Amino acid sequence: MAVGPRQSAGFSSRRFAARARRPVNLDACAEEWPEAGLAVFSSPYDPRPSLRLEGDRVVEMDGKPASDFDLLDRFIARYALDLAVAPEAMRLEPVAIARRIVDPATPRRQVIRLVAGLTPARLVEVVNCLNVVEMMMALQKMRARCTPSNQAHVTNRKENPALLAADAAEAAERGFAELETTVGVARYAPLNAMAVLIGSQTGRGAALTQCAVEEALGLRLAMLGLTTYAETLSVYGTERAFRDGDDTPWSKAFLAAAYASRGIKVRFTSGSGAEALMGHAEGKSMLYLEARCLMAVKGAGSQGVQNGSISCIALPEALPGGVRGVLAENLMAALLDLEVAAGNDAMASHSEIRKTAKLMLQFLPGADFIFSGYSSMPREDNLFGGGNFDAEDLDDYGILQRDMQVDGGLRPVREAEVLAVRRRAARAVQAVFDELGLPPITDEEVECAVTARSSADMPDRNVVADLAAAEEFLRRGRNSLDVIRALARRGFGDIAGKLLSVQKLRVSGDYLQTSAILRPDGSVLSAINDPNDYAGPGTGYRLSPQRAREIREVPQAVDPRRIGMTAPSEPVLVETGEAGARDDPGEVVIAVGPAFGRVLGTTLTGLTHRDVLRALLAGIEEEGMRARLVRVRDTSDCGWIGWKGACLSGSGVAVGLQSKGTTVIHRRDLAPLNNLELFPQAPNLTLESYRAIGRNAARYAKGQAVLPVPVTIDNFARLKWIVAATVFHRRETDEIVPGAPPVEVRLL
Amino acid sequence: MSEDYPLAEKHPDRLRTPTGRPFTEITLDAVVSGDLTMEDLRITGEALEWQARIAEAEGRPQLAENLRRAAELTRVPDERILAIYEALRPGRSDKEALERLAAELERDYGAFRCARLVRDAAG
Repeated sequence: MAVGPRQSAGFSSRRFAARARRPVNLDACAEEWPEAGLAVFSSPYDPRPSLRLEGDRVVEMDGKPASDFDLLDRFIARYALDLAVAPEAMRLEPVAIARRIVDPATPRRQVIRLVAGLTPARLVEVVNCLNVVEMMMALQKMRARCTPSNQAHVTNRKENPALLAADAAEAAERGFAELETTVGVARYAPLNAMAVLIGSQTGRGAALTQCAVEEALGLRLAMLGLTTYAETLSVYGTERAFRDGDDTPWSKAFLAAAYASRGIKVRFTSGSGAEALMGHAEGKSMLYLEARCLMAVKGAGSQGVQNGSISCIALPEALPGGVRGVLAENLMAALLDLEVAAGNDAMASHSEIRKTAKLMLQFLPGADFIFSGYSSMPREDNLFGGGNFDAEDLDDYGILQRDMQVDGGLRPVREAEVLAVRRRAARAVQAVFDELGLPPITDEEVECAVTARSSADMPDRNVVADLAAAEEFLRRGRNSLDVIRALARRGFGDIAGKLLSVQKLRVSGDYLQTSAILRPDGSVLSAINDPNDYAGPGTGYRLSPQRAREIREVPQAVDPRRIGMTAPSEPVLVETGEAGARDDPGEVVIAVGPAFGRVLGTTLTGLTHRDVLRALLAGIEEEGMRARLVRVRDTSDCGWIGWKGACLSGSGVAVGLQSKGTTVIHRRDLAPLNNLELFPQAPNLTLESYRAIGRNAARYAKGQAVLPVPVTIDNFARLKWIVAATVFHRRETDEIVPGAPPVEVRLL
Repeated sequence: MSEDYPLAEKHPDRLRTPTGRPFTEITLDAVVSGDLTMEDLRITGEALEWQARIAEAEGRPQLAENLRRAAELTRVPDERILAIYEALRPGRSDKEALERLAAELERDYGAFRCARLVRDAAG
């Protein structure tokens, strides 16, 4: 059998064939195969939870005697398990613990205490008791920091420093609390890290920055102050996968201490599917292996973790329960009291529906970082392999925040603000390159970086010269102080000052505590001074009035008070007296609404009322009939306007016309809200349509058999026009004079 | 404990750089005049111990232990740290080599917690 996307060929049903072409069917989709590690929540080879202690020694864990422990078992038993609470925690029924996790009345801290005594297999059993809604409630309650936040990816395919700085500045301006860059060519690392560092402090924000590279190089960049935190300390759930990753739990623990000794924040990285992809899943479920990873992370003393499958996301997505499993991973990390950067970084689906549905599981409850890498540039510039959400989804994201009144960590921004910070960041990095003797950044590059969509809009740089300069930069140990001095010398004192504030974090160590980010003013916010105190409705994180306003005020929102200000500058109609019923069978009445040609002078789409009337008149006259114009004053409803017109009409036929353009052909013997033809979507009507409506009305009046006027149906018209339609109709309704009889009008 | 946090805001007067310079003297002017070096932008063992106590009081013993190991490593030069990390990676060192590193950590730097970690890694 061929493996891969389902082909549209092979279906007899055209609907099946059409569905087969849908993006979701381009995603890999497979059944479970536990032996190969292709099982998310449980595998028949997962151990049964158990724990036996002798004194303060673990002699058996998850069915395995201590003599059979592998490296991870040994590390977890030694460093992660809280043996004081373990006997109590392991005696509890898993479902009883699961209920306490969700129950708002059980404080977060009590849950943390109990979970510290669970073995990896039992932890999986506990989270397996929860459905996704319960997991979301749990994540809302259990995440470490009260205020949710977000991380961005900032990379580009050309590794252009001006573009990196501009993108970093924009990302910080948009509210991203952390920026992660990486390299296409490893030797670029110091220059990329520096460009992002400068950009991160240019705008309003004060984002922390990292550069994902090999461990030893990563540590060196951090020691030089070119990055301010590290994230990619990867751990794996089996010993063999760990070794393939060129580390052991002990080397990672040492590395974590090494970073902290230089005052640098770190978080580890894990995520389901990695072991299966590396061929070392040992038949275990992804979640069980992730539980082992997370306990190793906790044991190593990391304040937090990036998980949620990360770059392997397509694998759990291919399997039953994969998306639930990813949420379960995030939740397990929060239950272990770790900061969680919750994934959503790699492309999870071809389907926009599916990728967004997946996001909701972290977006709605909130996470320390909802994304551990929102692609702040277009997908093709993302050197992490493309983001699940990217620069072109930012307006969607802003609307999602606004729809749900959820703090997704971002703020809507206007173009002028973005252009300004991008230009300043690009100029700043240009100045620093010049000061430090690096290959020049031209003015053209700066300007391109300000407005670029992607690196395709950037001029090429001399790659050989850049790489040589980068190596020399690192060899000479250029550091953040060199950057600060260069910025200060070249008139970027504000950026230099902010950069120094970030460097001072490594003296105080305040951001070494769990889940630390910086506020825009540079002060630290973490689980210590912003602990999650969720205990049910009215507690935990709530939008402040200021933040709620910020989320509400997206740039694309219009002021509805300014819609429909279309009163004609000159009169369109003149009233000539009360309209009475006539018996001339050659007459068709055109009945217009109370605001027509007065308060409102155009239809929704901007056709002038004068032109609309002329088209109708022409259509009626074309059929040899006479038109009489009346204004209905006591209703704004299209059906009633038309019916009232019909009651006056000698032929009994009338065209009813609302100011917004909605039209009906009516006849006096019909019920008021019935009709001969109704044209409910004014935006789809052209002058030609109105002329055809006039013709048809005349033909009905002549008693002919009539082919209804064909109109195009735009399924999306309502989505585009609904606010304008509401406002136009309100303006018309405001003009109603209760009890006023219809009047005759003449077109001027 | 947590009321002391963030230290930079609550107790800037009690923080110092490894060169003994007060935290409050880390200014842009000092950087521009060349008065400050990267050595000044490092945390001290004392500040790490303070942060460790805060983490411990918040119920995070492993994080506290990590910060205490870090406090020991403030005394270890960058190059030695990179070398020890390298030695701890899979297949790099036998038991004796790790024992020598542990002994060095104890003898040269008084890094007893780190030494314990290194010995434990040897099995």
